[in-house]
Amino acid sequence: MLTFVGLGLYDADDITIRGKKAIEEADVVFAEFYTSKLIGMGVDELERAIRKEIKVLSREEVEDGKRIIEEAAGKKVVLLVAGDPMIATTHVSLRIIAEELGIKTKIVHNASIISAAPGLLGLQNYKFGRTVSLPFPQENYFPTSAYDFIYENYSRGLHTLILLDINPRPMSANEAMQILLDMEEKKGKGLFNEKTLIAVIARAGAPDCLVRAGYIGELIHEDFGPPLHSLVLPGQLHFAEEEALEKLAHKSMS
Amino acid sequence: MGRKEDNIKKAMKIMGDVEHIRNIGIAAHIDHGKTTLSDNLIAGAGMMSEELAGKQLVLDYDEQEQARGITINTASASMVHEFEGKEYLINLLDTPGHVDFGGDVTRAMRAVDGAVVVVCAVEGIMPQTETVVRQALRERVKPVLFINKVDRLINELKLDGQQMMARFEKIIKEINKLIRRYAEEEYRDKWMVRVEDGSVAFGSAYHNWAISVPFMKKSGISFKDVFEHLQQDKQKELAKKAPLHQVVLDMVVKHLPNPKEAQKYRIPKIWHGDLESPIGKAMLTCDPKGPVAMMVTKIVMDPHAGEVAVGRLFSGTLRKGQELYIIGAGKKKYRIQQLSMMVGPDRIPVDELDAGNIPAIIGLKDAIAGSTVSSEPNIEPFEPMKHYSEPVVTVAIEAKHTKDLPRLIEVLRTLSKADPSLRVEINQETGEHLLSGMGELHLEVTVYRIVNEYKVEVITSPPIVVYRETVDHKAGPFEGKSPNKHNKFYIEVEPLEKGVIEAIESGEIPEMDRIKDRKTITKKLEEAGLSRDEAKKIEAIRGPNILLDMTWGVQYLNETMELVKQAFFEAVERGPLANEKLYGVKVRLVDAKLHEDSIHRGPAQVIPAVRNAIYGAMCQAARVLLEPMQKVYVNVPTELVGAVTRELQQRRGIIEDMEQEDYQTIIHAKAPVAEMFGFASAIRSATGGRVLWSTENSGYERVPRDLQPQIVRQIRERKGLKPEPYDEAYYAGL
Repeated sequence: MLTFVGLGLYDADDITIRGKKAIEEADVVFAEFYTSKLIGMGVDELERAIRKEIKVLSREEVEDGKRIIEEAAGKKVVLLVAGDPMIATTHVSLRIIAEELGIKTKIVHNASIISAAPGLLGLQNYKFGRTVSLPFPQENYFPTSAYDFIYENYSRGLHTLILLDINPRPMSANEAMQILLDMEEKKGKGLFNEKTLIAVIARAGAPDCLVRAGYIGELIHEDFGPPLHSLVLPGQLHFAEEEALEKLAHKSMS
Repeated sequence: MGRKEDNIKKAMKIMGDVEHIRNIGIAAHIDHGKTTLSDNLIAGAGMMSEELAGKQLVLDYDEQEQARGITINTASASMVHEFEGKEYLINLLDTPGHVDFGGDVTRAMRAVDGAVVVVCAVEGIMPQTETVVRQALRERVKPVLFINKVDRLINELKLDGQQMMARFEKIIKEINKLIRRYAEEEYRDKWMVRVEDGSVAFGSAYHNWAISVPFMKKSGISFKDVFEHLQQDKQKELAKKAPLHQVVLDMVVKHLPNPKEAQKYRIPKIWHGDLESPIGKAMLTCDPKGPVAMMVTKIVMDPHAGEVAVGRLFSGTLRKGQELYIIGAGKKKYRIQQLSMMVGPDRIPVDELDAGNIPAIIGLKDAIAGSTVSSEPNIEPFEPMKHYSEPVVTVAIEAKHTKDLPRLIEVLRTLSKADPSLRVEINQETGEHLLSGMGELHLEVTVYRIVNEYKVEVITSPPIVVYRETVDHKAGPFEGKSPNKHNKFYIEVEPLEKGVIEAIESGEIPEMDRIKDRKTITKKLEEAGLSRDEAKKIEAIRGPNILLDMTWGVQYLNETMELVKQAFFEAVERGPLANEKLYGVKVRLVDAKLHEDSIHRGPAQVIPAVRNAIYGAMCQAARVLLEPMQKVYVNVPTELVGAVTRELQQRRGIIEDMEQEDYQTIIHAKAPVAEMFGFASAIRSATGGRVLWSTENSGYERVPRDLQPQIVRQIRERKGLKPEPYDEAYYAGL
């Protein structure tokens, strides 16, 4: 039996009652924090909160799935994942492998940045296009397809939620804006410049959560505090959305 | 003032007069008398005392070179020669003859415009004669011929005049055959050597005499006179009437081009920048007023001054204190601390040196043999120098005393800078330093220098052969999955066309990580034997292996291709069989399925996926281990042939040909390098020392099928890998 338990956004208080029950009943508790992280709590604190030992898995162990599957074949296994567990594509593969081997799987949902971001900014969820992830550029690897997707969304009037890489460390909103400007230099379609309106979400779900909308040229110099950060590039704004950005996200256009 | 000092003075005067300069090399098969010729030329030209020449080999100035009697390091020497009432400065670069030092020969060729090809009258054209002639012609270096050891034809072989003539004719005919084969069309006829015009000379370098047709006419000495002198053993007298240096240097001055003349046609061959640019024009005309352009061909180690960069100055004027750039070493400027010209072991400091000369510079700290040096920061570097053979033998080397380790690392670094045919690598698993070279002797010599010149005591492992891996037939597509299973790559492999392998190895098709001029490279690949459909799809060339992208319209592949290449490079570097480099593998990417979100297809995902697909496809295609082979030439009294063939056959050697000449037999054989270790002492004791032999690396061949598993296991265990290589199922399950 393999249960994917979403931890939500901030700390152990976000775990649902159903999730808590699953953890209590589990023989083995695994967790992975490379697709997403809990911002308000480390593993030790989390262990204390749920009163169980947590075995943190490496990326390789989640990807090949062997360790999890072996345990799940005879025991009740829980895999803890920050946010909503199936938002990370890797976990779908893991679930398929388990089902193929006749291991039952269950999902305990929770809040995710996917719903938190529109909520915090006051943007309409149905007006978002495809979500994109922004990886750190590496040697010989500076992909720009993220730009193409954002452009596609933008030209259809849709907002884009931009998730930032957390490996090897969480990317800051400032770094992300710089990467977008670098992509602009390569692509040159005029999507990003100093005067582009963008929104920053820092620490969604945390008590000190912060949202800001403004021009890239201005926001790129602002300090948004500790991670995690995300960005939203607004598309066509409905007047209600415009109002929300102004009032809720302290839109500054100075 | 001695004659030497006087000549140095003269030399410094001619330095500035480019039309009276000749830059030459001497090229020959081992033991054909190259160093003796060089020394006697230098002595004859008054750059050293005559009594010493022939005994104290000036150019063999490394102690160990003298001990071994072969020339290891290319050194240069300048001399002054008078011809038809004018004085000429001849810069002579001595080149090593032993094939283990092939890299040095190639480099020396780039710096010279003409070459005296020395052929022993007794032995005739030998395989290395062919190699050096080919190397010279490839660099557009014009040859003249000196037939050496002529006295032995009469004194030892007792030939009569007619037989002697017949032998000369045969040698000349064969040299011209080589010129016809290897010269570009334009030079094929122009550069043939002819007795009548004096581009051929005969003589004895050791006994210090030579003769040529123009000299006979000038001096009135006839061939018959020469013959008689030899018969009556009056070579000393002959040396007075027909001095070696005069005849040979006359030939050099008359038939070999001056730098100005030569650079006109050599620059387009050896430099691929814009010929219309200021620097291009300056080099074409050998202009001392132009920007500085120099190619370093050699780093000489001076125990006091440190590294001395020797090379050819193609344009501009060098001055002491001047600041220069080393192309590829960044924006840093290097100041010339000392500028000199080389005379045998002496460096004579000068204040200025013009284009066309061979300067020696102290102060170019980061230069290596092959560096381009200029007064301009960003000129096109000289074509990378081509080495005809890759290192095939490796030893592990460590400091005897741990405290010497930092010193050893520094020495290894310095040595590999001076001799680019040496490779130094660190074994990642064991942390030991691996030193690779062209042969057992090459490494022995290097280790000798580390111990005796650099005074670092070391322990070395027995020599290890460098193997290669390839495939037997076409196979695939093999599916490689990324660790997150969101990306799949489909790879086929097959043996690369022989013509393409040769073109890459010869440098005709350069290795490249990025295809810049697709049209040109497609054409070259097609000419080498690749089909047009494949040639168009070239993505990377590394070692003699290629990567082709045969896919159509795979989305996001363009931004992933750099990673695919990186995986290809990794696979080429470490094959699946024994972690040896790949050789002659064509890798075809035929399809790919990529996750649309770029965060799921970064290096950590794509590189293992592609690498495993290459490995898996290679398993399907039957992996083959290749070992380096050597041609072995043994010259031995006929009655000892049996002893030699026995020795060779014990070493998996194959006798390919036997030539009997008088009482000598020349055995042509081929044997694996791995079996040739210790051959020197074995053959000496088998023949009582009455043997002359040489070897030449001759590429890679398959390890016999029944030996492969055992050798693979040995290599893997030596490298600390699990003894059996992984199989197809393993790579499919990843």
